[in-house]
Amino acid sequence: MKKITIRPEIIGIFLIVLVVGTGYSKVCAEQQEQVIKMTAKKFEYSPKEITLKKGVPVVLEITALDRLHGFFCPDLQIHADLLQGKVTRIRVVPVKTGVFAFHCDIVCGDGHEDMVGTITVKE
Amino acid sequence: MNEMDRRDFLKLAGMGGVVFFSGLGTLVDAIGKSAAADDFFFVQLSDTHWGFEGAQLNPDAKGTLQKAVAAVNSLTNQPDFIVFTGDLTHTTDDPQERRKRLREFKDIISQLKVKNIRLIPGEHDASLDNGAAYKEFFGETHYTFNHKGVHFITIDNVSDPRGSVGEAQLVWLGDTLKKIDKNAQIVVLTHRPLFDLYPQWDWATRDGDKVVTLLMPFKHVTVFYGHIHQEHNHFTGHIPHHAAKSSIYPLPAPGSVAKRAPIPWDPTAPYKGLGFREIDTRPKQNDCVLTEYPVTKV
Ligand SMILES: [Cu+2]
Ligand SMILES: [Fe+2]
Repeated sequence: MKKITIRPEIIGIFLIVLVVGTGYSKVCAEQQEQVIKMTAKKFEYSPKEITLKKGVPVVLEITALDRLHGFFCPDLQIHADLLQGKVTRIRVVPVKTGVFAFHCDIVCGDGHEDMVGTITVKE
Repeated sequence: MNEMDRRDFLKLAGMGGVVFFSGLGTLVDAIGKSAAADDFFFVQLSDTHWGFEGAQLNPDAKGTLQKAVAAVNSLTNQPDFIVFTGDLTHTTDDPQERRKRLREFKDIISQLKVKNIRLIPGEHDASLDNGAAYKEFFGETHYTFNHKGVHFITIDNVSDPRGSVGEAQLVWLGDTLKKIDKNAQIVVLTHRPLFDLYPQWDWATRDGDKVVTLLMPFKHVTVFYGHIHQEHNHFTGHIPHHAAKSSIYPLPAPGSVAKRAPIPWDPTAPYKGLGFREIDTRPKQNDCVLTEYPVTKV
């Protein structure tokens, strides 16, 4: 039988990496941008109206609940395919103020054309 | 197209009569329309949305397609062929109902006097099953045909629910175009605009720019499409793109209102905004002459 030897110094290094790793992600989380959780399903987004601040980065976390949907906001150049059951993360840094429409751009059924929402960007 | 051309063009288009477009992207004087020996006519219908229901938008939804068929049949000069640029049927989530609508559509258009009919799907027909039901009734969704020396190419930008043409079809298009002379007259038929008309309302094709790039080396290309339920004329470089009216309900001009909601039926002007067009193809001049007709006989 082959003997597996574990050298203690390697475990040491491994542990250091783990600790440093955790510390690092903690720092990151503190600096992390605001997360806006959204869902997409036939034929609506929830929430369908979101308000952002100009220049302040946010992360949209959108879950497509029932099938493939799209998320397209041409004015803010946000475009993503939302795969069913997956969380799609989109980082957004709004560069201008205004009210911008978004819509589902992947035909998803009778009612697809009503699957819309707005992003309001304030100063 | 320079500003001067554009203004002249808008003036012409506003007259609502015959508009001449040369294959070089310049406008030709509308006076002196004459039929040379090689000229031929075809008719474009679009967005018939068979199966649609909604009294505020069209209380005659079950009778408008038949009226359009009668109107085409009443043309004194019968066209060589007729094209329908998609959204033949209104979308439904039920695959059986989709087939029923396609079957009924096929029955109704069989009343057209002209039997040479070319169809392509719209997203309402094809996007929910990648064109499966459509193909059962009408065959391929992208193909070519020649008519009196003019090359017709149909492009499917709807079977992919994302509204894209896709790599495979782009390769096919590239191969098809390789066999065509750069000076030949080409007519492209498609459903969605191949350029970014108004992406906020999904009036675009994701990879439409790739199609336009492939077409650019050809001197005489004209694109006819549907999807936006109104007459619209636009140039990408020298290539004109003409959207056709619907025969079910009109949609507002791109970006003119906040929501892309259909324009309600006007009881004082029934069938307003609905129609079809006749295209006089003039191989000698390498151009097309467009005439717009209402959906009901005048
Ligand atoms: Cu359409
Ligand atoms: Fe349509």
